[in-house]
Amino acid sequence: MILMSKKLPMILSLSKDPVQVRQEQDVVFLKNRVKEVAVRIKMGLVNQTRLITAASELVRNMMRYGNGGVCLIEVVSSGRINGVRLTFTDKGPGIPDIAAAMRDGFSTGKSLGLGLPGTKRLVNEFDIKSKVGEGTTVTIIKWANG
Amino acid sequence: MALKTYKLLQNKKKNILELWMKNQLADEGLREDLISNDELRSQSEELITALVSNLSDENFNDLNSDEWSPVLEILGGIAITRARQGFSPRETGNFVFSLKEALLQVLQEELKGDQQAFFNESAKINRLMDNLSVITFETFIKGREEVILRQTDEIAEISTPVIRVWDGILALPIIGTLDSARTQVVMENLLQEIVETGSSIAILDISGVPAVDSLVAQHLIKTVSATRLMGAECIISGIRPEIAQTVVHLGIDLSNIVTKATLASALAHAFKIMRLEVKKSTIIKS
Repeated sequence: MILMSKKLPMILSLSKDPVQVRQEQDVVFLKNRVKEVAVRIKMGLVNQTRLITAASELVRNMMRYGNGGVCLIEVVSSGRINGVRLTFTDKGPGIPDIAAAMRDGFSTGKSLGLGLPGTKRLVNEFDIKSKVGEGTTVTIIKWANG
Repeated sequence: MALKTYKLLQNKKKNILELWMKNQLADEGLREDLISNDELRSQSEELITALVSNLSDENFNDLNSDEWSPVLEILGGIAITRARQGFSPRETGNFVFSLKEALLQVLQEELKGDQQAFFNESAKINRLMDNLSVITFETFIKGREEVILRQTDEIAEISTPVIRVWDGILALPIIGTLDSARTQVVMENLLQEIVETGSSIAILDISGVPAVDSLVAQHLIKTVSATRLMGAECIISGIRPEIAQTVVHLGIDLSNIVTKATLASALAHAFKIMRLEVKKSTIIKS
């Protein structure tokens, strides 16, 4: 039996679509799939672009630091609103200091260091879990009109 | 058994070739449009000659041994040419599978009555031919991948044209996602063209870029910096409203770069820098 918390409305997953990301070519494919899903739930153009940009940031991180992984694309519903939830899972080296990684301008590579903090600003829900040596999971939700 | 299998196969080379050719010609998937029968015969003969002459008892199941390399080379060559000529995987596979058929037929003929020996030897041949088939497929797919890679390069080449819109002004419309490899091509083409035309202004138009994330932005910034080092000014145009919002949310600082919403306004800006004016003519020519 599923218990519903009073504060947060329950988030229901309506469709699941896992996409494997291994090579550079998969990135464009993933972005197109995310866009398809976003269009299907009638997300606005600005939000679509935000979601795709966020996905692009996370998938690049996954490719660069985690040797690729899986992205689960879900259509989720909470109350009367729909959204897209993306879960990026890799089995890479993990992030030792998440607080630092979430800071603007922090990068272990030679990038701008805006990927994770920027992504958080682009989406409605952002969750990151990482264990050194085991991998990283990032979950984001963008509501259709949020 | 007095005669070793490989010796037997060497002696029966002619028979095997005839049987193999018969199998191939009888096959429904024969592509006479892509390869003539004579050519097919010479290919088959080449392969079978290499196969039987390099065959020995020790290397039967060890494809890594050096004696196999000429066979693998011929087989690889055939597979690659077939991939380029447009054979289907099935047709390419049948080439090797029909050889297996032929070998087994000859073997059966020779070892009539000795069931045990036939079983042992055919198991060996099966294993060998299966290995060869796997190699054929690997090479075939590699050949196809090469075709795809070549096309990818071609697309990258043609999708980053540098246009001379005015004397001293270059425009570079970018369509599709900017990744590292693409940026490299864009940058090279642009810098080269700046030198060749002696232009002082370059307009990068990103109307066709679906999303600008931090990596794309970083590439853009790098391209602009490189252009400036060459003594030219770079304007980024084609920033759509949704892109502008995303860039701001991501926290990317593009304030050091001249950005415009449309190519037209970028061109107008360029004219202003060069102190050029576009005017409606007042004199009507008769």
